[in-house]
Parts: sequence; structure tokens; C-alpha cells
Amino acid sequence: MAEAVFRMRGVSKVYHMGDVDVHALRNVDLDLYPGEFVVLLGPSGSGKSTLLNILGGLDTPSSGEVHYLDHNLTAAGDAALTLFRRQHVGFVFQFYNLIPSLTAMENVALVTEIGDDPMKPADALALVGLQDRMHHFPAQMSGGEQQRVAIARAIAKRPDVLLCDEPTGALDYATGKVVLEVLEKINRELGTITAVITHNAAIARMADRVIHISSGDIAGVERNETKAAPSALSW
Amino acid sequence: MSPLNTKLFRDLIHLRGQVIAVALVVMCGVATYITMFSAYHALVATQAEYYQHYRFADLFAAAKRAPESIAARIREIPGVAAVETRVVVDALLDVPGLDEPATGRLISIPPGPRPMLNDIFIRRGRYVEPGRRGEVLASEAFASANKLNPGDEIGAVINGHWERLRITGIALSPEYVYEIRGTEVLPDNRRFGVLWMSRDVLGPAYDMEGGFNDLSVALAPGANPNAVAAGLDHILEPYGGRGAYDREEQVSHRFLSDEISQDRVTGTFIPAIFLGVAALLIHIVLSRLVSTQRAEIGVLKAFGYTHAAIGWSYIKFAMMTVAPGAGAGILLGAWLGRGLANLYAEFFRFPVLHFRVGWELAASAVLISCGSAVIGAWLASNGAASLPPAEAMRPPSPPRFHAGLLERFGFALYFPVPVRMILRNINRRKGKSALTVIGIAFSLAILILGRFFVDTIDYILDVQFTHAMRQDVSLWLNNPSSPSAGFDIGRLPAVLQMEPFRLVAVRLKHEHRKRRLAIFGLPAGAQLNRVLDRNLQVITLPEQGLVISRKLAEIMAVRPGDRLTVEVIEGQRPTWQAPVAATVDDMIGLFAYMDMHALNRLMREDGVISGAYLAADPAGLPELYRHLKTTPSIAGALLLEAMKKSFLETIAENMMTSTMILVSFACVIAFGVVYNSARIALSERGHELASLRVLGFTHGEVSRLLLGEQAILTFAAVPVGYAIGYAMAAMLISAMATELYRMPLIVSARTYAFAFLIVLAAACLSALLIIVRLHKLDLIGVLKTRE
Repeated sequence: MAEAVFRMRGVSKVYHMGDVDVHALRNVDLDLYPGEFVVLLGPSGSGKSTLLNILGGLDTPSSGEVHYLDHNLTAAGDAALTLFRRQHVGFVFQFYNLIPSLTAMENVALVTEIGDDPMKPADALALVGLQDRMHHFPAQMSGGEQQRVAIARAIAKRPDVLLCDEPTGALDYATGKVVLEVLEKINRELGTITAVITHNAAIARMADRVIHISSGDIAGVERNETKAAPSALSW
Repeated sequence: MSPLNTKLFRDLIHLRGQVIAVALVVMCGVATYITMFSAYHALVATQAEYYQHYRFADLFAAAKRAPESIAARIREIPGVAAVETRVVVDALLDVPGLDEPATGRLISIPPGPRPMLNDIFIRRGRYVEPGRRGEVLASEAFASANKLNPGDEIGAVINGHWERLRITGIALSPEYVYEIRGTEVLPDNRRFGVLWMSRDVLGPAYDMEGGFNDLSVALAPGANPNAVAAGLDHILEPYGGRGAYDREEQVSHRFLSDEISQDRVTGTFIPAIFLGVAALLIHIVLSRLVSTQRAEIGVLKAFGYTHAAIGWSYIKFAMMTVAPGAGAGILLGAWLGRGLANLYAEFFRFPVLHFRVGWELAASAVLISCGSAVIGAWLASNGAASLPPAEAMRPPSPPRFHAGLLERFGFALYFPVPVRMILRNINRRKGKSALTVIGIAFSLAILILGRFFVDTIDYILDVQFTHAMRQDVSLWLNNPSSPSAGFDIGRLPAVLQMEPFRLVAVRLKHEHRKRRLAIFGLPAGAQLNRVLDRNLQVITLPEQGLVISRKLAEIMAVRPGDRLTVEVIEGQRPTWQAPVAATVDDMIGLFAYMDMHALNRLMREDGVISGAYLAADPAGLPELYRHLKTTPSIAGALLLEAMKKSFLETIAENMMTSTMILVSFACVIAFGVVYNSARIALSERGHELASLRVLGFTHGEVSRLLLGEQAILTFAAVPVGYAIGYAMAAMLISAMATELYRMPLIVSARTYAFAFLIVLAAACLSALLIIVRLHKLDLIGVLKTRE
């Protein structure tokens, strides 16, 4: 097996919410390998978003170590994490997090501006099937379209890893499937490691590996011998 | 254009209401700063240029009559650069259109060449012809107050003879920027004016051929004025010299420099406060504005934008908001500053005006305003950017909530639920609530600062003209006269009450300190002109000793019980020691009072008077004036009503203009702040309010929640603003105290009410705009996305 791109060892995360401590992650070990499509499955509050945020350098663990290739993310400061995200990571959020004052094209350009070898924003939007909606503002688009803009924005800089936090969580069934198809296509065509967080077990069938998370810990890992096409999924 | 810049512009357009409000605040802060500073600097520069150009003398001396030949000896005194001898006399004038008599100060000018010192500027008409009798140049203040023009004639009693004087020109002199008699505190340009006559006409008329009674000296650079003055005194002593004095004691210069030093305070302190307050408010507004973009900053960070890139974008946002306001402020300030400087120049009758807005001034205004905005934006964006992006994109975790003070004591039970919600909200967001209160409080404070001068002026007017000076007319006699002159005055038509006074020109000395002034001798139990302390209590003059202004006591470094040396500089010129019996905490001028009989005794004279205060029957005034005009023994008359009018027209007008500028700007600033506080509260709370609407709250209920909170904060700001405003006014008043004016700190209920009403109006208008916004809240949209 190829060498792991991400290596997490003994990662814990504790949030101090007022007077109580919330243990979001407890001593987690995890590896991600080149080109794989991983689904992190678990109920809400299980700690999967925290795991993703730490992988993407959006947050730092309370203890343990995270490595991306030869970068030690645990030891990295804010500037190093910023550079890491800029060069290697694409994010897709549940609520899209588009900048409302920018058009689809401009939202994508926001990221290509600072990338080393980005796609053209128009090409990225074409990849997600939005070549005709480039000059629309977020408020003028449906949720699915907004999420596809968010995906275009995430992949436009050709990241090594695409981290998606409940990408279909705010979408209806049909639109959700369109978005999943786009993710599958990106993973297949560009070879980008794709990690998708969901609490929707049906989506797990399209993954190479499914990682079950529960109460801040990895409850189990399963490997799909044959991946299902998004169109074949139903929930 | 880069997407970050596109976002910047779209944000500016989206937030245009707030952006414009901030820009207006900046504009007003900067405009006040530029207006006041530039006008003040113009005043200082113009005064300096005027003095230099028209060769204003450094030392002045008067004598009874000295031979011209001693001028050469005076030139020999080391340190003397130039000497000009003159004849200066006061004469009673009959001015057409003026019922009452006026006083003209006749000053000789060389027949041929221009005066070497205290040169005059001819505004209109021509210089007098040498040797031609009856030709005069009239001072502009006097001429315009009496609507006199070149070619007009006035009557004058010249050495006891009536003469017609023909005005050939209207003139200005650095020596009489303020035309005022030595003992007055306010100019009365209708009844006192300067007339310049050719020396070869005025000299002979007063038997001064080959002699002089007045002297001006210009000092060489580095000369010691005290040494030169001592030399002058020594030479003039045998000729009735009254003691040389420098510019500090020259009446016009004293007034002008006191006025300028007051303007220095109003011209620097107030605008600095305005700009400072504007800067503080911009800082608060921008930091809150940027804080509302916390989630967007989180997204930018998530995609790898650096702190610096994000910070720079928000700095640009701040600059784009503030810079246009600062630019407009500079232009507006330059325009208003020129206007105000023109008003000053007109008031002081400067022949020239030296106005410019220095680039340093403009740059400092821009630096202060933009700097505070940039710091506010940078701190806020940095605050959001330094959070881990995952956290920044989440709404801020709900702050710890606990029952407020009111609730802990059980008072909350008395409030209905919506009020409890409001109180909890305020309690929960203490920092932001405090910022709102501070912002509104400062707007209140500058409104008070802008307007309280009106109260001070009103108070001074009331004290001076209602409580202290209760006479209708003050009369001066040509020469100190026997008590019978007083009886004669008392018998004049329409006179209801007459109180004589004795005025003695003296030089007070204590250790090395000295001061020239006149001691006022007032009769015991005087009713018309009374000496009042700050609490308006009548001071009874003791049988012995002097009662002096507290400021004078400070200058002379004496306390009650100390002795002052009093050198009389008129008549027999006795010198005596007089104890300071008491000091009086008065507001205007430097005065020394004595019981009139005690003064007479010390002067070894019997009931001699210098003039009298009269209460008169208003109906008989014209008749009284006719009599006064034809009484040669009377040197001049002052009408209280006219003096008050002149005060209102001149000093008050100046102050009102700057007050109006300040107050209008303060209004705009107050509005900008209140509006922005409300708007930011709305954007911070939009999600919460929309949730309440979804739960079934009505528009009205939701509006009440938000506006109720704003109302409580606004009301809470009132006492704070009053306290800050009062403190700033107190600082200003103490900084403004000069020899001439020691203004009391008066902030009237009207000013407090005015400040409150302006803020209330701003709050109501903002509330209306907010209600409109609340109606447009996109309920579904707000709930669909994260906060």
C-alpha cells in the first residue's frame, strides 16, 4: 500500500464551553492515502467535523500529532497552517460559506488568486456544471448550485485533499446527488484525496473506505470492494 | 480587480448607509479641526504681519508736556531703535445722528511723511493735508459705527473751543485694534473713536508747539525693555511722565492678545476634542462593523488568506470609508476657516488677512481620523483572523449567561418579559453595550461643549448688566473736579440718581511685580455700580485698603493683609502703601477698588470726583444727552444699553458663529454615531430577531426588543454624556482664563436639554430606519444559513 498522506496519532480535542469541557475527539489514530475517497460517518456531535477541521488545519488538536507528508501540522503556527491550507487543502462546507457580495466566478477567483497553479475559474465552474451561472450572486442561486460553486471554489486551486463537511446536509435528495456526482468526478478525474463527512449512511457506499466515528473516537473502518456510483445511491 | 477588492467595493455599497454616516462623522471632526485651527493661525499670522508691517511700537509713555528736544536724549538710550513723539488728547465730540456725546482720541501724525511707529493704514479717502485745520482721519470702527464717510463733518471741543472736523479718510492702526478707553472692559465704537490729525494742527491747538505729551519707542533686537523703560521714566520724570509701559500693558494689545489666547483654546482644544471624539467613534464603529464579518473572515482564512492580506483588505475598507469624509472635511474646513478668519479680520479690522491651510494641518487631520479608523478595523479583523478559522466560521459561542444584578435582587419580577429580555441582552453583551453608551455619551458631550458658551455669555451679560452695572449712563469729567460738579450733574434733566466716582491712575508695585491701572473710588453703599463676588454678593468696601480682583492678586503675588505700593501717576503723584483688604472673584478685567473717601484722603483732596454714574428716566434721555453734549467739562459718556448692544454685536457674534459651526457638526456626529450603533446592533442580532419572528413574534414586538435596548442604552448614556461634557467644559474654561476674562463654568439646563433633544431626535430617526429594515428581514434566508 502507498504511504499515507495524512497521519494522525493520539489526537484529542477538548472544547471549554463555559463551565463544562467537551471532549470532541479522544485519542484518535487515522491515515489517509493518495487518491482515496473516504467517508467519515457518524451521528451529529460525534466529533467528525472536529476531525476534519484538524485535518484541514482549521483547528489544532489539544494533544496528539498530525502529519501531512513531511509537515507536522501540530507544531505549525498560524502562518504555516495558512500556507498549508492555501497550497494543499480545499474545503466544502455544509452551508457553502460563499461570500454573498461576490458572484460565482468571483467566489472561485478568490481562491485561484492565491493559488500556485490554479485552474481558470470558468473551467472550475464548468467542472461542476455551472458554466451558465458564472455571473450570478449566491442569493440568485439554489442551494445545490451554491454548493457546486463552493466545490468549484475548493477544487479550483488543484488541492491535494478536498475536505467536505456535510456537503449535502442542506440540500434536497436530487440536488444532493448532483453534488455527490460532482465530488466523485473530481476524485476520479483529478485524483484528489476526498474526505466527506456525513451522518447519511447511504453515502458511505460510494467511498473507498468508510470510517465510523462515535463519541469522539473511531468505532470502526470498513473498505468497499466495489464503489457504488452516486446515481445508484438512495436514501 | 482582485476578488478581495471586488468584495471590498460591494461591501462598501451594501453598507452605504453606515459608510456615509461614518464619513459624515469624519467630515465634521476634520472640518471642525481645520476650521478652528486655520482661523486661529490666520489670526496669529495676521496680527504678527500687521504689527510688523505697520511698525507697532514696543514701549509707550505719556507725560504732561515735554520739550521735543528730549527726543534726541531718548534716542541715545541703549536699546532704543526708533522714537516717535506725539500729541494725544481726548476730546468731546458731537457726532451727527448721535444724541449723546462721544469721545474722540485725537492723535497727532507727522504732517509730511508717514508715522515712523504705529503707522496707519488708509482704508478709504486720503491722508490729511499738512497744515490744513480741521482735517482728520477717523478710525474705521468709529466711522462705521456712526456711518461716517470721507467728506463728513463732526463737531469737537478742541481745548475748550467748538470746531468742525472734516473726515478726509478712514484709517486703521495696530495701536487701536481694540478701540477702548483704559477703564472699560468692552468697546463702544459709537461713543469712542480715534481721530488722527496733522501734528502741525493738533500741537498748536493744545499749546504743544515744540513739545509732546506722548511717546512711542521701538526697541532694537535684544534690547532689555525694563532697562529702556527705566531710562525713559528717568528722562520724562521732570515733565510729568506717567511711567513707560510695554505692549503687555498697552490696552489694545492686551485685549487682542487675550482674545487670541482665548481663540487659541477654542481654536485648538475644542477641535482637538472634536476630532478625537470623531476618531474614537470611528474606531468603535469600524471595529464593530468588521466584527460582524467574522464568519467571512473565517472563510478567507480557511482558503489560505493570510492575516496580513485580510487585515489589509479591512484597512482599505476603513480608508475608503474615512478618506472621502476626511477629504470633504478638509475642503469644508478650509472654506469655513476662511470665512471665520474673515470674520475675525473684520472684527479686529485687520487691513490684511493671512489665511492658509497648511499641509501639516491637513495631514495631521487625515492621520488622526484615518489612523483611528485603520487601527479599529485592523484590530477587529485581526481579532477575527486570529481565531482558528473553524471557530471564526461558527457563530461566537454564546456568552456565559447569568441573572443580572436586578434579577438577583428580585426586581426583575416587576418587569414584563420583553423588558427582562432586553435587560438580559444588555447584561449579556456588556462590552458592546458599553461601547454604544460611550459613543452616544461622547456625542452628547460635544453637543454640550459646543453650546455651553452661549450660557456663559448669557451669564456674564446678566451679571455685568443686571447685577453689577446698574447705571444707565457713566460720565467722565475732563479733569478731577470738586464735589459741586457732582451736584451739577445730579441736577441735569432726567437724572434720577447720581453716584460719583473717583478714578486715579496708578502703578501698583509688589516686590518686582508692577501693574498700571486705575483705582476706582466708589462711595460707601453704592447702588449703581457695585462690586460683586462670584456668588453675586455685594462686597462692602472697607474704610481702609484695597479690594482687588483675585486675578490681580495672583499677578502681583499678594494676599489679603499684604501691602501694595501705590504710585499715583497723575496730579501731585504721591506714593503710598495700601493694604490689600480683600480680593474679589470677579469675571472680567483687572480692578482695584477703594472706598471713595479713603481714596480722597490718600490723595489729600476733599471730595474730588472723576465722574459719575447716573440712573436716568428713559423718557428724558434725549434731553439729557443734549445737555451733556454742550457741557465742555464732560469728557465722555457711556451708555450701558449701547455697551451691551456693542458686546452682543461683536464678541457675542464671533462666539455665536463658532458655536453654530461646532453645534451643527456636533449634531451630525451625534446622528452618525446613534445611527451606526443601531445599525450594527441590527446586523449583530438579525439572526436572533428573525428566529423570534419565526416563532411568532410580531414586527412590533421584535422592533421593541431591539429598539427598547437601544433606548435604554441611549438613556443610560445621558448622565455619562452630561458628566463628560461638563468635565470637558470645565477643562476648557480653566484653559481659557486670561487676564481679561475669567469665565465662570455655566452649563444651563437649556444646554443639557438641547444636547438630549438632538440625541433623542437622532435616536428616533435611526429607530424609524431600523423599523424599515426589520420589515425587510428575510426570515427563511436567515434561518437557512448559519448565523
